[in-house]
Amino acid sequence: MSYLNNPKPIAGTTLFDGKAARKGYSLNKMCFSFNEQNARDEFLSNEGAYCEKFGLSVKQKLAIKERDVLGLIDLGGNIYYLAKFVGMLGLNMQDIGAMQTGKTVEEFKAMLAKAGE
Amino acid sequence: MAKIIGAIGTSHIPAIGKAIAGNLQETPYWKNFFDGYKPIHKWLENNQPDVVVVFYNDHGLDFFIDKKPTFAIGAAASYQNSDEGWGIKTIPEAKGDEDMSWHICNELVDDEFDITICQELRVDHGLTVPLQLMWPGNNYSHLKVIPVAINCEQHPMPSPKRCFDLGRSIGKAIESYDSDQKVLVLGTGGLSHQLEGERAGFINKEFDLMCMDKLVYDPQDILGYSIRDLVEIAGAQGPELNMWLSMRGTLLGDIKQLHHNYTIPISNTGAGTLLLEQK
Repeated sequence: MSYLNNPKPIAGTTLFDGKAARKGYSLNKMCFSFNEQNARDEFLSNEGAYCEKFGLSVKQKLAIKERDVLGLIDLGGNIYYLAKFVGMLGLNMQDIGAMQTGKTVEEFKAMLAKAGE
Repeated sequence: MAKIIGAIGTSHIPAIGKAIAGNLQETPYWKNFFDGYKPIHKWLENNQPDVVVVFYNDHGLDFFIDKKPTFAIGAAASYQNSDEGWGIKTIPEAKGDEDMSWHICNELVDDEFDITICQELRVDHGLTVPLQLMWPGNNYSHLKVIPVAINCEQHPMPSPKRCFDLGRSIGKAIESYDSDQKVLVLGTGGLSHQLEGERAGFINKEFDLMCMDKLVYDPQDILGYSIRDLVEIAGAQGPELNMWLSMRGTLLGDIKQLHHNYTIPISNTGAGTLLLEQK
């Protein structure tokens, strides 16, 4: 039986499964496009129009506008495609780690360092 | 016949590529990590592999979720690196070995591993960062590379045991290839980390060290984990252990651990380095 049939949630973790992949398809397709410089330029020149072009839902468009990483994950965003979105904005994995955990970047880095003790 | 002379486990995180581009190897944050590659450089210098099989995962450079292969193998004359969208510096193309790739693919399908065969494949940091780590200054133009991509981005993902068995099958295919080439295998990624969600930043040092230990002489002991287990115990990206298990699977003969290193944290991960020699 598939491990995905286990209904028990894993704390603080969303599995990017078929349900998420369907829900987030347009959002992830848009973020995948950010591999190309001209797509990044087009997004940055008119964010709303670019989201519209990919058919994002109202909630997804708002979460993009607000740079709401947790919200984007809840709306089907896959972290590897979202990394292209936040990376384009100049944010790295510690920055978005801090955003998602409600910490400052320094607090987040301190938590990582503590894991090594 | 071609011979697998050894295998290396290594991290492939983008921050390493950025540290190399910024020449930060000797800074306090990076020193222990990069020092862990010095014995490997010496071993590579002495042993000179001809072909490098790299188990990695594509983090959304070539594959999108419109079509997402579970296992994909490159069968191209060369592999290009390309813009990933967030500023990691690209590196020169790597040469391929089409003949050996097709031999491996033929044998894999015969062995009931129904892989996706790629005559064009752009390779991302999952493959390029390890090349940069093993051959500083991008001095890999004398080598031929065979990329093997394992799905670590979308569930369902293949089980640890399946990935180990894939490695076994690739190992058998290489050892039955009529050439005198020396082959090195890289298992890249990991170890424990979680990039997304409220649990972002989760790392499990104890589990990483246990896996690095077991992987060497008792890999069977860690094949029973499910992908869900790995997510729970080693974080959402914990399943990247699969590439290390495939790497270990290719070693069919007697092996010896020559070197290991572990640095935590590197970016959001526990970064392992392991050098195994096959007699």
